[in-house]
Amino acid sequence: MSEPTNDQKPDLVESPEEAASSGTLAARLSLSHRAGGVVVPVLTVVLAFLLGGLVVLATGHNPLLAYRDIFDGAGLNWIFHPTTNVQSSIAAYNLTQTLLQATTLIFTGLAVAFAFRCGMFNIGGEGQYLVGLVVANWIGVSFSGMSTLPHVLFAIIAATLAGAAWAGIAGVLKATTGAHEVISTIMLNWIAIYTATWLFGAGGPLQTTAAGQSTNPVSNDIAHSAELPVIWGSKGFQGLDIGFFIAIAALVVFWALINRTTLGYEVRAVGFNPDAAAYGGINVKKNVIRAMAISGAFAGLGGAVDMLGYLYHYGALDVQNSAAGGVGFIGIAVALLGRNTAVGVFFGSLLFGGLIYGTTQGLSSNVIQPELASNLTLIIEGLVVLFIGADLLILYVWNSRKRLRPQRRAQAPAKAAA
Amino acid sequence: MTAWGQGLENPVSERLRDPASTGYVALGLGAFAAFLAIPPIEARSPTWPIVVGIVATALGIWTASRGRRRLGWGAAATGLLGIGLGILATRSGTGNLESVFDATLIAQTFGLATPLVFGAIAGMFSERSGVINIGLEGMMLMGAFWGVYGSDRGGSWVVGLLVGMASGGVLALVYAYFAIHLRADQIVGGTAVNFLAVGITGYFFQQFYNGQVSGQVSTVPNVHIAGLGHFLENSIGDLSLLTWASFALVIVSYVVLFKTPIGLRIRACGEHPRAADTVGINVYAIRYCCVVLSGLLVATGGVYLSLGPQGNGTFIFDMTSGKGFIALAAMIFGNWRPAGAFAAALLFGFSSALALKLQVYSTQAATLFSILPYVLTLVAVAGVIGRTVAPAADGKPYAKQ
Repeated sequence: MSEPTNDQKPDLVESPEEAASSGTLAARLSLSHRAGGVVVPVLTVVLAFLLGGLVVLATGHNPLLAYRDIFDGAGLNWIFHPTTNVQSSIAAYNLTQTLLQATTLIFTGLAVAFAFRCGMFNIGGEGQYLVGLVVANWIGVSFSGMSTLPHVLFAIIAATLAGAAWAGIAGVLKATTGAHEVISTIMLNWIAIYTATWLFGAGGPLQTTAAGQSTNPVSNDIAHSAELPVIWGSKGFQGLDIGFFIAIAALVVFWALINRTTLGYEVRAVGFNPDAAAYGGINVKKNVIRAMAISGAFAGLGGAVDMLGYLYHYGALDVQNSAAGGVGFIGIAVALLGRNTAVGVFFGSLLFGGLIYGTTQGLSSNVIQPELASNLTLIIEGLVVLFIGADLLILYVWNSRKRLRPQRRAQAPAKAAA
Repeated sequence: MTAWGQGLENPVSERLRDPASTGYVALGLGAFAAFLAIPPIEARSPTWPIVVGIVATALGIWTASRGRRRLGWGAAATGLLGIGLGILATRSGTGNLESVFDATLIAQTFGLATPLVFGAIAGMFSERSGVINIGLEGMMLMGAFWGVYGSDRGGSWVVGLLVGMASGGVLALVYAYFAIHLRADQIVGGTAVNFLAVGITGYFFQQFYNGQVSGQVSTVPNVHIAGLGHFLENSIGDLSLLTWASFALVIVSYVVLFKTPIGLRIRACGEHPRAADTVGINVYAIRYCCVVLSGLLVATGGVYLSLGPQGNGTFIFDMTSGKGFIALAAMIFGNWRPAGAFAAALLFGFSSALALKLQVYSTQAATLFSILPYVLTLVAVAGVIGRTVAPAADGKPYAKQ
């Protein structure tokens, strides 16, 4: 309850034990945000990679070589201008795939970050993303007579609204009955996963209508009029589409919404302290539902952009494969690492985008197989969330940094005197 | 909780006038409406389910009008659902009906409820001591994988059980350190534990088994009971040893939590840690023990998943698929009490068993039936019937002064 205000009472922040034990999630995250800057996320990532490396080492692989291969797999060696043309084009291709993956993570990361700002933990990004994907596929396949711009807009808006509605269920349940959003969003994830499996599965309503494909559990391809233009690479090989710029735009919208609007002010106020917000005349229930819906809208938009940008179709097996450790969950690590800010989410999604692609399809290594390395991504993700969640650790790091500074200042005059 | 508590103090006549009792009667009638149309009663005319269902709905609305709105509307909804299900059942063929509603449905209910019972009781110990354990899912997954590993390397399911339990305990210890000592946010920390478990089990599953367990490992045996008659033998005559262990656990945990000094200490830490500390209880020690115990117990549920009759000695990537969270919901639905959690776990187990059995109607829609337990969990946490009361200090880190 006694959340210290940094500006007025700087001495209170010196005791992180008290600061960390009170206040809501958003208030605590904000505190560590003020406390840490970029040092703590960087330290967290380094620590997570170190521990991940230990696991690799313990199972008899060389962690340095493994990480170098993952780095190359993410296409980051493209920056260093590989010598041969073949290497260069492989690296460029890998980099486009990393950016495609990062695009998705920007959306799911923003979804988690927005709910966090309202003091809620949306771990249903996976389901909301899937709902957006399904709706975008449905609209992209049907209405094939439309011209490009209206068709794309229609699909994107419908998918965004669907994502908002899906997350809104959890928001409404939280506001009216107090059901914890962690459990309700997880349940909504599984409902979305099984429903999508049924929709795309053999005999399902969205299964392909192509001849001789009646047992193939995938959807139809969306119409050409619904596809987003590709800007880097070729369409047939999953080139980078303009979805990346839609994601950048979403980052700007997130920043403006949170920092420059009344809605954002109310959402943040509820996140800091719901009681104080209610006392100040803010409708807490309305904001809980609203924040959850906007959060789901980001994830739903992400699903639409992926579907129209490069997936074009989706299958029951894809749904099942993404059920654990999918993009919705990595979005949590992205948002936490990015301190729930737009800039942070951008860099967090680049890191995890590279990590995901670099440990799966992009990886060609004789040190560590992709099947093994993809799990390394999950371990690193878990460690990042674990360390970021321990804000006492963060505050300790920050405080020791602060404690070092006056010592240096004290040493400086001493040297000058000598 | 309050309704029952008042009921015990008041005379029977007053209890009957309480709208709550009418509400519970309506709830029972609503379920009975659907029950009429299925074996063993199996009414073939839709009249009876409709009549009983309408009575249940009417009683529910009456209860709602007398102030018990949540219970009343819940009962009314159950009545309508009963009518719908009853009509559906009378329309379907008797052959299908009898293959769905037979004694093995009971056996499957117990079987599918077992990991949930372990999980719910595990979560209860942790939360009663004041630590929210969202990481149940991950600890269960650890138990499932390392149980197979232990059974494979040790050559016996006993080794598997011990290794599996230990793995859950170790992960719980890590979580306890972050939640209790570092005072990390418990929801975020628990989620991290879940991610870690998926990564760790996936990594070592690939490293040791290349993604598939080859060959048969020793599994937890079933307890065969003969001479009970056809129905009982099919329902409880062939349950897993761990299923029986889960029944025993419910009773033991009730006794430990509510009838022993140690249980009183655990509950004190969850309700008012400062007061507990003042009278000399070591809050940190109690919380560490409870979280680790919670990890051991939920990992037992995980071992059941992989080494029990359903898994039969195999592990699948992320095989818990939300069961840890359903167990958590069962604990909340059961109001942080062993008997309540057990009943809720049975309800979720029943819905899973029903979803499996309903596949005889349509293999195509079988996937769709799988959402039944998740929908039910959603309805349960939303609290259709009565509000639940969490331990007062649940999820709040304790800083010693």
